[in-house]
Amino acid sequence: MIRAMLSEAWQAMGANRLRTALTMLGMVIGVGAVVIMLAIGQGAQYAVQQTISTMGSNLFIVLSGSFTTSGVRSGSAGAPTLNLADADAIAELEGVVNVAPTHQGTRQLVYGAQNWSAQVIGTTPEYLAARAWSIVNGAAFADSDVRSATRVALIGKTVADNLFGDEDPVGKTMRIQQNPFVVIGVLGSKGQNLDGRDQDDTVIVPLSTAQRKVFGTPFLGSVRMIMVQADHAENMQKTMDSVTALLRQRHRLRDGQPDDFFMRNLSAAAESEAETTRTMSILLGAIASISLLVGGIGIMNIMLVSVTERTREIGIRMAIGARERDILTQFLLEAIIISLAGCLIGLLLGLGGALLINLLSGMVIVISGSSALVAFSVAAAVGVFFGWYPARKAARLDPIEALRYQ
Amino acid sequence: MGVQPVIRVAGLAKSYRTAAGDFTALQGVDLAVEAGDYIAIMGPSGSGKSTFMNLLGCLDTPSAGDYYLAGRNVAQLDREHLAELRNRLLGFVFQGFNLLPRMSLLDNVALPLVYAGIDKPTRRARAAELLARVGLGRHAESLPSRISGGQQQRVAIARALVNRPQLLLADEPTGNLDSQTSEEIMRLFGELNGEGITIVLVTHEADIAVHARRQVRFRDGRMVSDERSEREFGG
Repeated sequence: MIRAMLSEAWQAMGANRLRTALTMLGMVIGVGAVVIMLAIGQGAQYAVQQTISTMGSNLFIVLSGSFTTSGVRSGSAGAPTLNLADADAIAELEGVVNVAPTHQGTRQLVYGAQNWSAQVIGTTPEYLAARAWSIVNGAAFADSDVRSATRVALIGKTVADNLFGDEDPVGKTMRIQQNPFVVIGVLGSKGQNLDGRDQDDTVIVPLSTAQRKVFGTPFLGSVRMIMVQADHAENMQKTMDSVTALLRQRHRLRDGQPDDFFMRNLSAAAESEAETTRTMSILLGAIASISLLVGGIGIMNIMLVSVTERTREIGIRMAIGARERDILTQFLLEAIIISLAGCLIGLLLGLGGALLINLLSGMVIVISGSSALVAFSVAAAVGVFFGWYPARKAARLDPIEALRYQ
Repeated sequence: MGVQPVIRVAGLAKSYRTAAGDFTALQGVDLAVEAGDYIAIMGPSGSGKSTFMNLLGCLDTPSAGDYYLAGRNVAQLDREHLAELRNRLLGFVFQGFNLLPRMSLLDNVALPLVYAGIDKPTRRARAAELLARVGLGRHAESLPSRISGGQQQRVAIARALVNRPQLLLADEPTGNLDSQTSEEIMRLFGELNGEGITIVLVTHEADIAVHARRQVRFRDGRMVSDERSEREFGG
């Protein structure tokens, strides 16, 4: 029965090829647009997710306070208000996973005949854990290196490329300022951060070595910045509050006195970026969905015309015993076939289009099975939804009237 | 002759609600048609014969009265059941042939069997058999537009008979045909009746009606005469 109806639907569509093709085109464009837009939207989301994941999750930083001399304000981290004991105390707090006191600045590096300027970060091994930074070659330094201020360094990929070229940097000695450092490891590549800065253009050395040999420090044991990682995204605010309370207590600040440190939530910025791309993605999808809707209305329009044109045929079918549901099925089947075929072609064109965009513009696209599935089931639903009314109209025709129709 | 009439109508009436008030198209019609009978319904236009035909054909339901088709009262059945009756018990032949233009003759003839839920090999076999019976076996795969009007009407008759109905209903079957082709069609009806098929024919032409065994006349929504033909029927 259904097979006989399928072949009839095929015949009916074949009888009006141009019209069927144009109706299908509406669906093709709709589904194609949805697929391309989802690919671009998800691609953008993916790109941002990638960037965020290189930064490390649930991070915030505590910066030492500013000072003012003769009306000149130093800006944040100008005053030596934070020290290593603060960092140790923060590490004891509940909800804190990693604490890494850091001191960073840009310095000139020299190896053999090459030299290169890069960001030098003096910190503890926990920094690598907090930022989920791996070592691809060699090994990281340990707490003992921090305690004894050994002159060892981990270098990023960009530094390795520019300073060592094809040579294996591990075990080589380079100089930061005038001080020789032994490269003991190469860091895994992280690419750009949200500001577009190359995160691989970095050298990481023990904090104590950095303070003594590279940057110098006004007071021994003071630190300009402490990076803190909370255990959960939901605990971020709570952890920041307890760090504030702890530091105020440790710095003996009375109520009403301002904080002598600054705090910045790194994850918040990343999340707002992610939110922006998510919104953009939804917006793209919504706009594309409208074209799908228009395609659906096109199907309904043509099916209504088809029902009117074939009124007499419907009357004949009813006279020889077609029930309401037979007529309904027949027209619904036609609508679904048109929409599914249109969807399939749209899917292929959409995928092709997305790949072409990727090829031509280099834009990141993500094609997921779920988005194809969504487009497909939406198209099937559109076929049923917009095919239903014309099909029901056909099925409800009065056989006498229909037979008389000219 | 059969023991139970194929058709028995009692007090059948149909009225329509129009803007100008109720319009009675048919009233108080009583009629019984025995199995194997061949009856012509005559009358001028507006006499109610078409309304009567629509009721007999289960295309419409009466306002009042009873209609027993093969012993079953079908006067107040719903659309779904009426469709089934049309499919199983009735075969229609129309003035305008009403073949589906995009389908081959074989598919046209087999179409009622699709709605009866019969499998494809059986459908094709039975349709081919009926096409051969009306003399068009060689044109099975042609489209209706490729054959003459008389041939199209033969195909329509084959389609009407394919599901072995109790009753063949023909509404002005020769109205669109020339007199020679009309004669051929009437001869076919005569043969089919000779094989035991019950036929109800609607016509306004007296020389067509004389082919039937029995003539019933309608005027102003009522049955006004019911005569049996004196003519002898040979198989």
